[in-house]
Amino acid sequence: MAINTKIAQAPIRELRLDAITGYSGSVHDLAARTAPGCCLSNRERSFAQTSSCSSGCAQTLLSGIVDAAVVNHAPLGCLGDSLYQNIGYHYGQFHRNWPYSNVSMISTNMGESDTVFGGAERLKDGIREAWRRFKPKAIFVTTSCASGIIGDDVQGVIDELKDEIPTPVVPVHCEGFRSRVWATGFDAAFHAILTRIVKPPEQKSKELVNIINFRGSARAYITDLFARVGLKPVFVVPFATVGELERISEAAASLTICGTLGSYLGTALEEEYGVPYVKSTPPHGFAGMDAWLRGLGQAVGKEREIEALIVEEKRAVQDDLAQVRQKLAGATAVIGMGPGFSLSYIRVLEELGIKVLYAASWHYDQHYDHGSQPAITTELATEHQDIPFGIGEQQNFEIANLLKELKPDLYFSRHPGSSVWAAKQGIVTIPVMDEYTAFGYRGLVNFGWRIADALANRRFVNNLAQRVRLPYQQWWFEQNPYHFLSQEEAA
Amino acid sequence: MPDVVEQIRNVCALGALQSVAAIERAIPIIHAGPGCGQKLWSALSSGNGFQGSGYAGGHSVPCSNSTENEIVFGGEERLRETIENSLKVMDGDLFVVLTGCTADIVGDDTGDVVRGFREQGAPIVHVETGGFKGNNYFGQELLWESIIDQFLEPADAVEPGLVNVWSVLPYQDPFWAATLETIGNLLKLIGLKPNLIYGHGQGIKSVRSIPSAQFNLLLNPWLGLKTVQHLERRFGIPFYQYPALPVGATETGRFLRGVAAYAGIDEALVEAAIAREESRYYYYMERAADLFFETRFKPGHFITIADSGFALGLSRFLVNDLGLIPEAQFVTDKVPDQHRERIEAEFQDEVAGIPSPVIFTSDGGAIREVIQGLKFRERPLILGSTWDKVITRELQGYPLSVSLPVSDRLVLNRSYAGYDGGLTLAEDIYTVILNSFQ
Repeated sequence: MAINTKIAQAPIRELRLDAITGYSGSVHDLAARTAPGCCLSNRERSFAQTSSCSSGCAQTLLSGIVDAAVVNHAPLGCLGDSLYQNIGYHYGQFHRNWPYSNVSMISTNMGESDTVFGGAERLKDGIREAWRRFKPKAIFVTTSCASGIIGDDVQGVIDELKDEIPTPVVPVHCEGFRSRVWATGFDAAFHAILTRIVKPPEQKSKELVNIINFRGSARAYITDLFARVGLKPVFVVPFATVGELERISEAAASLTICGTLGSYLGTALEEEYGVPYVKSTPPHGFAGMDAWLRGLGQAVGKEREIEALIVEEKRAVQDDLAQVRQKLAGATAVIGMGPGFSLSYIRVLEELGIKVLYAASWHYDQHYDHGSQPAITTELATEHQDIPFGIGEQQNFEIANLLKELKPDLYFSRHPGSSVWAAKQGIVTIPVMDEYTAFGYRGLVNFGWRIADALANRRFVNNLAQRVRLPYQQWWFEQNPYHFLSQEEAA
Repeated sequence: MPDVVEQIRNVCALGALQSVAAIERAIPIIHAGPGCGQKLWSALSSGNGFQGSGYAGGHSVPCSNSTENEIVFGGEERLRETIENSLKVMDGDLFVVLTGCTADIVGDDTGDVVRGFREQGAPIVHVETGGFKGNNYFGQELLWESIIDQFLEPADAVEPGLVNVWSVLPYQDPFWAATLETIGNLLKLIGLKPNLIYGHGQGIKSVRSIPSAQFNLLLNPWLGLKTVQHLERRFGIPFYQYPALPVGATETGRFLRGVAAYAGIDEALVEAAIAREESRYYYYMERAADLFFETRFKPGHFITIADSGFALGLSRFLVNDLGLIPEAQFVTDKVPDQHRERIEAEFQDEVAGIPSPVIFTSDGGAIREVIQGLKFRERPLILGSTWDKVITRELQGYPLSVSLPVSDRLVLNRSYAGYDGGLTLAEDIYTVILNSFQ
């Protein structure tokens, strides 16, 4: 189960975490059948819509390291998402009051002859140009389907440049075809950082806490919160420097905003350097934040201070919460998000008084790197009534079918390219784009008011639904949403 | 400078899937890895003017999401079931199967699989657009070659006045939809019937009527030349080419006179239309003159960083209509070598006769290094992409994002083409200038 930092690349999630992308059932069923010792087999689809691949997730993290550069050894299109990453980069700079700069990314621009003769020279050019242009503290070389299939020896090229490029050059194996689970790309990036950037601790800190997140919009709030208990957050990986990443082994604990994101890095830091990784449910809503902060308190020996903080923070929003719960009482919802959010948001919405009719998850890790089932699965199975649950890699046609059948008041989604389709069906849609949406106590209440506003004026979605057509035939809406899933293999 | 690219301004051949998405009720099916559709949509649509998913784009594009299994054992079976089920689930008039790197490197016989469905009557074509084969301009030409050869039928008769319009590359140019409408309206002004192919109100009928056109209008210095030549060979349709996207009165007048002369339209009718439009144009331009001449913030020299046809149009407008001085023009659409000399000559062919260096590159690092070596005496105006705002700010210049990626603006029905387009561009430029200090 332990993470192996001696090997060249992180095994894909399907192999490491028994991750699946095809399932239809319920939360209780899922919890029972993925309990330790059990393993659910994946159900394949005979029809699918385009999902995402691991290189996108790897590059999202790596492009955000402020003094590093990314060389994508690939045809030009594989850097298509760099535009979106640059938007995210500017968003993070905005939240920090930093001047705007662009992500430092270079495509080796592979062409037809490279697939015949190999792309080594091109890769050398890319690495050399990254060094010449950015003078980065590290260069990450991300791979692609094309460079992977033709078998370019990335490490060999890097070795050849060893004397020429005086900065770490690190391969990141994130070929899209290797995994259906795009979150595999997080692990690819973390593996590269863990094996080549992070240094053994020189002096352990009692106050630094790694927060494994994306853009860090709640940075100011968390910094303030932690200061009240004598702790200092270090936000990783985006917006950290290579120097900061070198020292994350010295932290007193690691937390993550998303179990899908944090599993590999958090677990490895714990196993290699004894940095406790808080394995609680994510800090979404009241219960999530309770567990997250208590996990932190335990890890750093500040249980008492944390309890006081919890009481204080909750008290501050209690009345507001009661008010918004009244507004939302009786509303129904469907959820479609990655597994780090989907299950957790069942509880978030219930805390707001919203009834969840169905939750879909873009994949599911049957266990995390530390070996246990995700805490949220276990808790939902024991503390809550059962809820229908499905798994698919952001398959919009399945969600459209579900929504037409269930007719919820609200659809909550995460990931670009999903929420608009529910809006076209006339359903009030709340995209959870920022990872700190519904963060803790204040976040939950603010989120509640955002939902109340959305329900108060449904004009836009109504207008839209009356005028646009979905790209599906009537036949499809007469089928079961998971019609194209293969039969389950006999156990 | 090595052939690597920092700050991408175009994508790979599979980007042609967005051209399919630009045809109403046409549905791309991609036979590729799981991330290609998302990445290309990010670059061409959501990161470029937030152009949306449209009818069946974005994450609703059917895809084989090929993984290791299809690489090792071949992906034809997977493709066959993807197509079969796409035809059941998706409601479309034309299906286009586009391949990515995985399918093309392992050598799947996509054509054979697709042919089977076509023979059973499905409106489906295929095009091999593996990303390593070339860029999205190349992919666009492959796409049309496929549609022409696999889908179009000869027309019974030529429809007099019908003109197929080949100009902007949909989604690559975030203003494509309204620009096409504008070009259509300009052609209507002189009595022609535009067949715009892409965008609102077009669709399969427009595609099917391509062979019946009187002529093809190629409104681009090079992109689409192969397509119109192929149409000429296949259906005998002649073409007229005009290199620059017409922006503002000077260029739009030149364009209208050119196309009218080619189509044999009565000169008096054309001149009357131009006079009418120019009168309206200068009614508004006259209002702008007070600001232009009395502002303390008139821009210094300008730079354009855009695809060739658009850069030409922008540059000619700024020189000929607004009276500005060019500093350098960056052409970012990977123009094939054989067209470069002509395009350079077109840039020197400003009416005012003010030349400026033309640099062919789509590498943001190369662009930045050239700009850093220039000397500006006043704040420059830089019409480029959102990438270029960083260097523009460093120079205390005025940035306006007009070419991919345009990620700091929502683009709906805005266009810089034609008479109104020139006015809109003047508004946008001076909005940036006036916003820079208040």
